[in-house]
Amino acid sequence: MGFEDLVSILGSGIRLSVPLICACLAGLWSERSGVVDIGLEGKILVGAFAAAAVATFTGSAWLGLGGAILATIAVSLVHGYASIDQRANQIVSGTAINMVADGITALIGNAIWSQGGRTPQLPDTALFNAIKLPFVDALAPAPFIGPIYKHLISGHDLITYFGFACVPLTYWALYRTRFGLRLRAVGENPAAVDTAGLSVRGLRYRAVIICGALVGLSGAYLSISQAAYFQPHMSAGKGFIALAALVFAKWRPWPALATCLLFGVLDALATRLQGVPLPLVGPVPVQAIEALPYLLTVVLLAGFIGKAIPPRASGIPYVKER
Amino acid sequence: MSAPLKPLPAWADVALIPLINVAAAFVISGLVVLAIGENPIEAVQILITGALGDLEGIGFTLYYATSFIFTGLAVAICFHAGLFNIGVEGQAYVAGLGAALAALYLGFLPGYSLAIVAILAGALFGAAFAAIPGYLQAKRDAHIVITTIMFNYVASALMGYLLVDVLRVPGQMNAETAGFSKYAIVPQFHALLKPLGIIWPDTPFNLSFLLALACAYGCWLLIWRTRLGYAIRAVGANPTAAIYGGISPARVTILTTLLSGALAGGMAANVILGEEHRLILEYTAGFGFVGIAVALMGRAHPVGIVLAAILFGMLYQGGAELAFDKPKISRDMIVVIQGLVVLFAGALEHVFRRPVATLLARRTAQPPI
Repeated sequence: MGFEDLVSILGSGIRLSVPLICACLAGLWSERSGVVDIGLEGKILVGAFAAAAVATFTGSAWLGLGGAILATIAVSLVHGYASIDQRANQIVSGTAINMVADGITALIGNAIWSQGGRTPQLPDTALFNAIKLPFVDALAPAPFIGPIYKHLISGHDLITYFGFACVPLTYWALYRTRFGLRLRAVGENPAAVDTAGLSVRGLRYRAVIICGALVGLSGAYLSISQAAYFQPHMSAGKGFIALAALVFAKWRPWPALATCLLFGVLDALATRLQGVPLPLVGPVPVQAIEALPYLLTVVLLAGFIGKAIPPRASGIPYVKER
Repeated sequence: MSAPLKPLPAWADVALIPLINVAAAFVISGLVVLAIGENPIEAVQILITGALGDLEGIGFTLYYATSFIFTGLAVAICFHAGLFNIGVEGQAYVAGLGAALAALYLGFLPGYSLAIVAILAGALFGAAFAAIPGYLQAKRDAHIVITTIMFNYVASALMGYLLVDVLRVPGQMNAETAGFSKYAIVPQFHALLKPLGIIWPDTPFNLSFLLALACAYGCWLLIWRTRLGYAIRAVGANPTAAIYGGISPARVTILTTLLSGALAGGMAANVILGEEHRLILEYTAGFGFVGIAVALMGRAHPVGIVLAAILFGMLYQGGAELAFDKPKISRDMIVVIQGLVVLFAGALEHVFRRPVATLLARRTAQPPI
């Protein structure tokens, strides 16, 4: 395996990690405020469907993205209403969202276009296309730097660049602003935040809305950037991998980026290594690499390598009257 | 933000509120059908005729219901211990492996003892697969919701590998095992009733249904009539208090997840031994998740679970007929209904409490003197 192969695997790893990064950051915002979100998978589907549907009707990728974000914020607010106002079991609410999203996107898609839930193929003009950064061709002949610049840094679309930019943005907002401090506090000790005269409810709703917007990006990326259509169940467990990455990263933004990149590269490797014998071990079953993110997360959660401790108040509804 | 609610009368708590919640889920489902341009009332008619209109429909309805009783009980027993087992799907899938391995490789066992051993092997594999998240929850404090979600994908990868690369009959295209011998199957009712002169149409409805009912009764006995059941409910209600009562929450957690996995394994008896007679890829088809809806709708009580399972059996069977008659209402509609039931019977279960309490209070209020 040469240098070119390595760059190409890393390149597809980056592309595969974009939806994970957006969804993982979405989960991070929600869970840091104390609202556990296992409905990421369903929200990605809603976002992907809304993006493809709006882009099909309007022919505009931007409107598609906007539609995706609005739709996922709406779904997030349902989860928020159940979790914050109704003090519901957040796991049950997330499960419900996953089920409804899985069914309703396929149902509506099938009812409108009669292609088994698939939306029509979108033209290039209704997609976010790869952007060529300046000097790509000039640098191309340079050894190492040329291919790295061409395949890893340049050649992605706007959602990818924005998704990556959201990592420092999230870090800054959570750790360097007053809002972020309060938001983290509400996930650790809501009673203290309440005593300080701040609205627990308001902070959590804001976190849930940010979560919705970010997960909308993730869905839109799947249907109007990576693919040019929506297909039922196209999220294929990405929401749960993002959840795994969130646990693996111990609910922190920079490790979340690293974990999502790792899981993305693993995914790229699984495709690349299909049937290729590795030195010493022979051919590795694809399924073994596919299962690795999940297994690693369980091992980490069990405290065998470090310890993943969730925000203290996550999953616990706040009861003001107590 | 709110005044404390007056306690509702018992009948409203047990029957009225759950009924209103489920009704809300169905009303919204009706609106969804309306939105995609079909007539909900006509859809319900087709659905009910398809599910209960003839013996064939009833056979399929009860066949699906059998799987849902098993998965519903598996989810419910964990609810009682305060655990949320989202991994019933994966546990049932791995249980299929146990049943298939026994059916294929223990052929030396005499007669129908093979089928019984295969059922037990399914339960054993299901329990073993559930035991890992259970142990990690009990001893290492790894949250069972996350670990069981992860284990669903691990199960899917493991079984995919085994069926494609290991157990597949050489030369065979489909990723499935060889067929089982005739003593490794759970007999279907139509075959059993034939010698008695009763003609039941050819449906996969099999003896596992009776096993499922027995398990439901067993769960009721266990939860409300035994020491272990008391311990399970105590841990579910208040683990700290349970410790003072001499109960070990860790032990109860592990035992409950073992039982839950074994119950999930019942699905292998119904589908793998009762109908497919070979292990196939993704045989669980999301039925493990239906168990969550069934358990919530049945309020985690075995009687409620059997009723909810039959309702979902009707939805799955009638939904297939409906998708055939009205292609616009595809089978995804059933998943939507299922999700809405989880939403309204689970997450939003208290939404209608206040209006109902107000209404009842007004009706029973004494006139001021």
